[in-house]
Amino acid sequence: MNQAVAAPTTVAAQRAQRRRLISRALANPLSLAGLLIIGLLLLVALIAPWLSPYDPIQTNVPRRLEAPSGEHLFGTDQLGRDILSRILYGSRISLRIAVLTAVIATLLGAPLGLISGYFRGRVDDLLMRLTDMFMAFPRLILAMAIAAALSPTLENVIIAISLAAWPAYARLARSVTLGLREENFVEAARALGASPLRILGRHVAPGVISPVVIQVSLDMGGIILTAAGLGFIGFGAQPPTPEWGVMISEGRTYITDQWWVSTFPGIAISLFVMGFNLLGDGIRDILDPRLRSVRG
Amino acid sequence: MWAYIVRRLALASLAVAGVLVIVFFLSHIIPGDPVAAILGPQAPNDVIEDLRRRYGLDRPVPEQFYRFVARLVRGDLGDSLATHRPVIRDLREFLPATIELATAAILIGVLAGLSVGVISAVARGRPLDHAVRFLSLIGLSMPVFWLGLILLFIFYFKLNLVPGPGQLDIFLSRPPTVTGLITVDALLARDFATLWNALGHLLLPAVVLGSHALVGIARITRASMLEVLGQDYVKVARAKGLSERTVVLKHALRNGLLPIITVIGIYYGGLLEGAVLTETVFAWPGLGRYATSAILSQDFAAIMGVTILIALVFSLANLLVDLAYGFLNPKIRYE
Repeated sequence: MNQAVAAPTTVAAQRAQRRRLISRALANPLSLAGLLIIGLLLLVALIAPWLSPYDPIQTNVPRRLEAPSGEHLFGTDQLGRDILSRILYGSRISLRIAVLTAVIATLLGAPLGLISGYFRGRVDDLLMRLTDMFMAFPRLILAMAIAAALSPTLENVIIAISLAAWPAYARLARSVTLGLREENFVEAARALGASPLRILGRHVAPGVISPVVIQVSLDMGGIILTAAGLGFIGFGAQPPTPEWGVMISEGRTYITDQWWVSTFPGIAISLFVMGFNLLGDGIRDILDPRLRSVRG
Repeated sequence: MWAYIVRRLALASLAVAGVLVIVFFLSHIIPGDPVAAILGPQAPNDVIEDLRRRYGLDRPVPEQFYRFVARLVRGDLGDSLATHRPVIRDLREFLPATIELATAAILIGVLAGLSVGVISAVARGRPLDHAVRFLSLIGLSMPVFWLGLILLFIFYFKLNLVPGPGQLDIFLSRPPTVTGLITVDALLARDFATLWNALGHLLLPAVVLGSHALVGIARITRASMLEVLGQDYVKVARAKGLSERTVVLKHALRNGLLPIITVIGIYYGGLLEGAVLTETVFAWPGLGRYATSAILSQDFAAIMGVTILIALVFSLANLLVDLAYGFLNPKIRYE
C-alpha cells in the first residue's frame, strides 16, 4: 500500500521536484483526465443550487417514482424528489467527506509518524503497536463500529473513516522520516543546536509532506467508496440527506421496476471515484516509470 | 524462521487484544439501551431490569470488561442479546456461508485476474489491452454494492439467467450438515440438484465480491509481466526457439508471480470488507450480515465475538502472505 517515494534532500530540491511533479501530472493524459473529472465535480458542487432544477429535499408524493423524462431527466424517487437535483447536491456531501477525511487523516497520521520515526525507541514502539491494532481490522468494519458508537451522522462518518485511515499515513511518514533523519542537512541542524521541534518542523516535515499527500490522493477513491458503503448499510448519513450511498440504498426496494432510483447515484459515485483513480494512475506512472502504460 | 513466526504471532495477538479493548469500550459508549430496544416500548420496567441484570449490563463498564475477559479465557463468548444463543454457536453457523462466498470470490478473482493480466500484457498497446485497461478502471471505481444490485437486476430480474438472492431456492432443503459449506455438503450427499442450485446462487455474489480483487490482480499481473517480459532470460528463451506459450507461461509468469502473491493477500483482507456489503445486497446469511445487525442492535457479546473472529482471520491471512512471500523468494529471509 505504501509506496515509498524517494525524498529529495534539500528544500530547494523538494520544491523543484514538486513543481516537476505538477507539470508532469498535467502532461500525463491519465492524470489530466482525472483532474478534469475532479474539477468538473468541484464546479458542480459549487454551483449545485443554480444547476438543480428542483429542491433536493422537498417531497412531492403524487409524482413519485416517475421514469426519466424531459421534466425529470433522471426520474423521481419514492417520495417524488427529483433524482438529478439530489445527485447534484450529493456531490457537495461526497466532496466534503473526501476532503475532510483526507485532511484529518493526514493531520493525525503525519505528525505521529514524524515523531515516531525521529525519536525512535519507546515512543516508536508504542506508536507502531497502536497502528498494528488499527490495521488488524478491515477499514470498513472498523469505521462501522466507530460510526455506530458515535451515532450515525455525516460528521461522524468523517471522523470514523479518518480514525480508520490514519495508521497507513503514520507508517508512511515514519518510514520517510527514518531516511531523512540520517541526512547531512538534518545532522548539520542538530550540530548547530537546533531544537527537535525546529528540526522536525523546518527540515524533516517538508520532505514528508509530499509522499503523504500523494498517498492520500491515491487512496481517495477507496475513501469515497467506504463512505458510500457506510451510507448504504445505514451507518452513515441518514435520510433525507442526498448522500449517494443512502440514495442507492433507498432505491433497492424499487430496483425491479424503477431501476433509475438506484442506478444514477451509482453512476455518480463511479465517476467520482474514477476521477481519483485516473489521477492516481497518472501519479503512479510518473513516480514509477516501470509501470508506465504504453511507452515504457 | 520459527523465531520470526513466533514474534509475528505474539505481535498479532497483542494487536487483537488491543482491538478488543478498543471495540469493547467503543460499543459500551453507544448511547441508548439495547435491552429496551429489544424488548420494545411496552415492556414493564422490572422485566427490563431483570434482563439487564442477567446479561450483567447493570454493572460498571470496567467490571463488565473484567467479566468479559474472564469468560473469554475459558473460551466462552457469552450469549447474544438478539438471538439468545451462545455467540460461539452463532458464529459457527454464519462463518461457513462467508467462507464459501469468499473462497469462490478469490478463486474467480485469481483465475480471471491472472488470465486477463497475462493477455493484456501480451497484447500490450493493442486495442485488446486498451479495452482491458479501460474496463478494469471502471471495475475499480464502482461500489460493490451497486454492482451487485445492477447485476441482480439484469441477470435475475430481466434475463432470469441466475437464481435470486439467498443460498438456495426456498423449496430446496439444506443438505445434511457435515462441513457447513452448502456446496461441499451437497457434493458429499451426492445431491447434485441441490449442488447445481447452490452453485447458481453462489455465482453472482462471488463475481461481485471478487470483482475488485479480479481487477487489482489483473493490473498487477500486467505490470509484473511487462517487466519480466523485457528481461534477458526471456529474450534467450525466445531466441532458443521456444514457443511463445512456453515463454510466457513457464519463463515469464513464474518469475512475475511474486508481486502478484502480495496483492492477492491484500485483497483477501479486502474480501472481509466487501462481504459486509455483498451479503447485504444478496441476503447472504454470513458473518458480514451478522456483524452489521450486531452493531445495529448493540448486541455487545455478538459484536465482540465477530470482532475477535475477524481480527484473527485478518492477522493470520497477513502472516500467511508474508510467509508465502519468503517461501517463493529465497532472497527474502526473515530473522
